[in-house]
Amino acid sequence: MKSISSLFIPVLILVVIIYAAYKKVNVYDSFIKGAKEGIPMVGSMFFSLLAMIFGVNIFLNSGIIDYFFAFLKPILVLINIPVEVLPVAIMRPLSGSFGLALLNDMYKIYGPDSFVSILASIIQGSSDTTLYVITLYFGTIGIKKIRYALWVGLLTDLFMVILALIIVPLFF
Amino acid sequence: MINKLWIFLIISGSLCLLLTGKSDVLNTQILSSGKATLELVMQIFPLVSLWLGIMNIAKESGLLEKVSKFIYPVLHKIFPEIPKGHEAFSYISSNIVANMFGLGNAATPFGLKAMESLQKLNKNKKVASRSMITFLVINTCGLCVVPTTIISLRMLYDSKDPSFIVIPCLIISFISLLFGLLIDRIWSKKEGDKR
Repeated sequence: MKSISSLFIPVLILVVIIYAAYKKVNVYDSFIKGAKEGIPMVGSMFFSLLAMIFGVNIFLNSGIIDYFFAFLKPILVLINIPVEVLPVAIMRPLSGSFGLALLNDMYKIYGPDSFVSILASIIQGSSDTTLYVITLYFGTIGIKKIRYALWVGLLTDLFMVILALIIVPLFF
Repeated sequence: MINKLWIFLIISGSLCLLLTGKSDVLNTQILSSGKATLELVMQIFPLVSLWLGIMNIAKESGLLEKVSKFIYPVLHKIFPEIPKGHEAFSYISSNIVANMFGLGNAATPFGLKAMESLQKLNKNKKVASRSMITFLVINTCGLCVVPTTIISLRMLYDSKDPSFIVIPCLIISFISLLFGLLIDRIWSKKEGDKR
């Protein structure tokens, strides 16, 4: 799988350029023209990302999530949910790099092949950073009202975590 | 929605830090967020530009249109309101394929182009269209065949089987994608969107 993945980009670029040369397109001019669109695109994504990173960083570094866990822990133990994976599950839609840092800590403490580490890795790998994707894509094209997008995204994330809690033990 | 979330993140985070006497952490975050954003954008910028250049070649040569006609039958079911042969289809499929290969950096510019072309079809430029939300649901599900960062992290810690997570990840993200598409459909019906 890995070799296919590393071949994908070079082959794609080659196909695009060979096809365009065959169709007698001025490939170089066409590239420059397209690449220039990057400036307004990045310009418009900067401010929505700035706002979101600012908000998410204050929230995640405040320790509020730790208090939330202390409160939630007795309930989770009662219904037999491994408490260790919960920070990863909650972090997942908010921040990609935070989630990865947590995963790194878990590997260090429990080892990469322990049940909780595998469960956390699968939660991390089965979803994307919902908040980042929504901010980036809607912010860049200037959408103000996102309607139900965030709800659907977060509900799907919650569903994914529950599904992982059910399915992952089957692999052990 | 984003507005309320932003207010919540900042007020709850700041209050928690101020009440626990950690105002220095708050100050650090205020000062460092700008730098973190700029670093992220500077990382994305050259890649986005490069891919926009490559995609423009594919567009001007007519390759993009060919691809979009080829995948129309499949994507038409998920995006009923995009007209046949529209460029949005090829951007959407490129984004999905790149994501599946774990190529997040290549997927982002495709996704941005897809959103741009969906915006051209959008009647109210300030309000998200149904297809945009459906497209984002697909993206936030993170359907990925090769979760490269996690596999390399597992290798780093000498895992016995670094790619063990691949199959469960695929199964779980695929089922949650179906779930996401389903509630997306239900929600848009509830809001009275035209098909």
